Amino acid sequence: MAETDHHAPDGIPHDAVPLDTAPGDSREELLASLKVYIVGLALAILLTATSFWAASTHVLWPPGVPIGLAVLAVAQMGVHLVFFLHITTGPDNTNNVLALAFGVLIVFLVVAGSLWIMANISANMMPLEMMDLHHQH
Amino acid sequence: MDGGRAMTAASLHDDAPRAAHGMRTGTSTAGPAPKRIIIAYGFWLFLLSDIVMFSALFATYAVVAKATAGGPTGAELFDPTNVAVETALLLFSSFSCGMMSLAMEARHRTAFHSAAAVTFLLGLGFLVLEMREFAGMIAQGATPQRSAFLSGFFTLVGCHGAHVAVGLLWLVVMVAQVADKGWRTTVLHRLMCFSLFWHALDIIWVALFTIVYLMGGR
Amino acid sequence: MFGKLSWSAIPINEPIDMIASGLMILAVLGVLAWVTVKGHWPYLWKEWLTSVDHKRIGVMYVVLALVMLLRGFTDAVMMRIQQSISVGPDSGYLPPEHYNQIFSAHGTIMIFFMAMPFIIGLMNFAVPLQLGIRDVAFPTLNSVSLWLTASGILLTNLSLVIGEFARTGWLAYPPLSELKYSPGVGVDYYLWALQISGVGTLLSGINLATTILKMRAPGMGYMRMPVFCWTSLASNLLIIAAFPVLTATFAMLLLDRYLGMHFFTADGDGNPMMYINLIWVWGHPEVYILILPCFGVFSEVVSTFSGKPLFGYRSMVAATMAICILSFIVWLHHFFTMGAGANVNGFFGVMTMIIAVPTGVKVYNWLFTLYGGRVRFQVPILWSVGFMVTFVIGGMTGVLLAVPPADFVLHNSLFLIAHFHNVIIGGVVFGVLAGYTYWFPKAFGFTLDEGWGKVSFWCWFVGFYLAFMPLYYLGMLGMTRRLQHYDDPSWQPWLIVAAVGVALILAGILALIIQLIVSIRTRDRRRDVTGDPWNGRTLEWSTPSPPPAWNFAILPHVEREDAYWQVKRRTREERVAAAKALVYEAIHMPVNSPTGFITAFFAVVTGFALIWHIWWMVALGLAGALATTLIFAWRDESEFEIPAEAVAQADRTHQDAQWTGAAP
Repeated sequence: MAETDHHAPDGIPHDAVPLDTAPGDSREELLASLKVYIVGLALAILLTATSFWAASTHVLWPPGVPIGLAVLAVAQMGVHLVFFLHITTGPDNTNNVLALAFGVLIVFLVVAGSLWIMANISANMMPLEMMDLHHQH
Repeated sequence: MDGGRAMTAASLHDDAPRAAHGMRTGTSTAGPAPKRIIIAYGFWLFLLSDIVMFSALFATYAVVAKATAGGPTGAELFDPTNVAVETALLLFSSFSCGMMSLAMEARHRTAFHSAAAVTFLLGLGFLVLEMREFAGMIAQGATPQRSAFLSGFFTLVGCHGAHVAVGLLWLVVMVAQVADKGWRTTVLHRLMCFSLFWHALDIIWVALFTIVYLMGGR
Repeated sequence: MFGKLSWSAIPINEPIDMIASGLMILAVLGVLAWVTVKGHWPYLWKEWLTSVDHKRIGVMYVVLALVMLLRGFTDAVMMRIQQSISVGPDSGYLPPEHYNQIFSAHGTIMIFFMAMPFIIGLMNFAVPLQLGIRDVAFPTLNSVSLWLTASGILLTNLSLVIGEFARTGWLAYPPLSELKYSPGVGVDYYLWALQISGVGTLLSGINLATTILKMRAPGMGYMRMPVFCWTSLASNLLIIAAFPVLTATFAMLLLDRYLGMHFFTADGDGNPMMYINLIWVWGHPEVYILILPCFGVFSEVVSTFSGKPLFGYRSMVAATMAICILSFIVWLHHFFTMGAGANVNGFFGVMTMIIAVPTGVKVYNWLFTLYGGRVRFQVPILWSVGFMVTFVIGGMTGVLLAVPPADFVLHNSLFLIAHFHNVIIGGVVFGVLAGYTYWFPKAFGFTLDEGWGKVSFWCWFVGFYLAFMPLYYLGMLGMTRRLQHYDDPSWQPWLIVAAVGVALILAGILALIIQLIVSIRTRDRRRDVTGDPWNGRTLEWSTPSPPPAWNFAILPHVEREDAYWQVKRRTREERVAAAKALVYEAIHMPVNSPTGFITAFFAVVTGFALIWHIWWMVALGLAGALATTLIFAWRDESEFEIPAEAVAQADRTHQDAQWTGAAP
């Protein structure tokens, strides 16, 4: 198709059957889409505010805070994915979700693996005082 | 000669023309996906690769987070208010970027340009705050050269900032393209990619402010 | 004005360097002069350099790879000669700093600029044809990827003439690669060349993965895809997942070197071990990025030349995808000795042994495909059988190295060198050469000479064993890698045997060159008129050789796996009826674009300027690249139309040839 072609408002050629969804696609009517964005924004604000509050307050049990923050962050990423990027679990979204799952798995393996390895290596490092560095000068 | 040998490509495409409906199994039966889907999917894969790149920076940051070489720590340097404002700016710019997509779907130029301007200004505001934070830290001697921790901090946060800067440049180009070329298919495709990019940057920022500022500032 | 660059950057005092550079410059000038004299520039520019056709881009990738094979192999020959003479009082002919550059360049070039372009070239060429479609998802981006890879290659080779190359090994471990210990431009050449070509590789991975996941011919469900497409999918997913890690790692080392940061330095609380960790997060998937498409090639070849469907198609797919995930959980086995505890080493050791299982499944599948088949022992199957024998040995020594206590003894010895050459030559090189022979007639319309192909195979095969089996033994004797000189005279005989092996491989490479020349000269006798010289099973063999720009006049409708084989089993009546029912339509193809070539030009300018700290030139290069992108973004015509009559005529001619053409 030439680039000057005009397509249906959603950019899909008239003849094509939309069997598939692009990441970011919303199928709703305009007003409904607006509602989705507003709900997303509200949830994101709520979660962000909670995170900042949890990090600064002293009423919470300190060792639990990082876990809480991580949970809040993951929840907020989910909110962004669903309400802003319109990633859903619908059948037409399978490929997008699979790619995302693959990406998340890789991110998890890279980060968790690296941290585990590096923590283990540094725990097994000979303590400085045993290294007797000053004799080498 | 093998019985099945002299064959024709023609017979590959026999049978009734494929029925367009009743095929709910996606592209496998329907043939190549529409261009728009292909482009968005390709860009989606790119974003995932970008997130993997960030994950390497995050992992490095986490490993060197306590390696301050006697220099300042995160708790001494970070200003939660500044970060909160930055977060708000980026979150609202993500929202206005959503509005931009809606205006695009409605082919409403005025709404599009306003939403784009708001997105740009919020993004710019975010960058300015970040640069101010960096400048302030460097002024008190907390430079990227001071310690591994600060190298990690400046690189991780700066890499996100560089993405925002590229996004702003891209946004300007897209506004110019809409003004110049109208709602052409290629322009629509690029706008779709831009909005994916911008939302993804906000997702990375969520991880960033949580891990670097909130956890590291305590 | 010119940063660190001055006349002293040209190594006039080093005769070997100057001879090598001189020969290289002469060769390049010779080719350029020949093209100019013959007046081939317009053709070259219009048909190749600006082409966005996946087949041409694939061919250009393979050409780059073959040229780099010569370059990387020259390094290998130099190292083997050095090691066969530099014992005791004799220090050989290569000074240490030069020797270090050679082994660094050899590894870098062979992995990044020989194996990778070869693999990507084959995937580019064959995947869209096998999927029954007309091009990849993003044709212009494909051209950008190709030329960015070429930019990296150009920068690496430039280091021979201007300045120096890294002396830090092929992965440039810090703190040695930090500015303090490697103050020259060698490491910078290495880093920028790989950053630029790495972007090209990533874009190519995204492009091909999108193509496979979103653009298959009607009816080609996942379980009907040829195995080569499956392995390509896995390989490209790994590219998408692994190369960003490499980019980030190199970026941090660059920040250390350029801005004085402390990621991997020995001071400032930096952590050099994190670099080694991250580089292998990329590095291990990388070896599967290389080998998986080769597994795909062997699957195609074994099935085609046995005249049987592949044994255990589904288990092959499952094994491929299992490897795709598992390859991300084994990376620590590259640094068992770095100091991790028994639990970590144990986990990664076990994972490494587990990943050998799906690979073993594949080997059995190939064997069972051959079993009971009517095997035609032509060149591609020779490479495949040679691979199976060789790769199994390499795999077993790999499982041996996966045992941490054994690795503590053998790591960084020649045993390791023998192991990975065993899998990379026996797997990847044999694989790409099988693919090269297999798809050559599809790309150029005539087959390669069998006789010289067999000569080449046997030279490579025997040469490999002579060159690397002694290295296993030397490794167990305690000889470490990267030695420019050694004192133990009892090692020398083994190293001389290894040198003889390399000479035999050289003969294999010469045979490849002769094969190409002979085949071109006798091409009229060896034309492939039917488009199906091997009695193939997958869709690429249903097209003419070489295929038209649009590949398929009408996208094929796929009903089962081995799509073309199923078509060939139909009766004549069915085919005639089908041919009559055809309705040709005009085809829209992407227009050629110089964007890739020009972007790459600016990438070279930027990279060179960064290496030599010429900041104004950096700005110029980046501005040029940005301008190129904008000009591309503003273009109005992205496609041109091929009229229905032209398509119909070409397709009918091809059908006639298929009907009447006899098998060779």
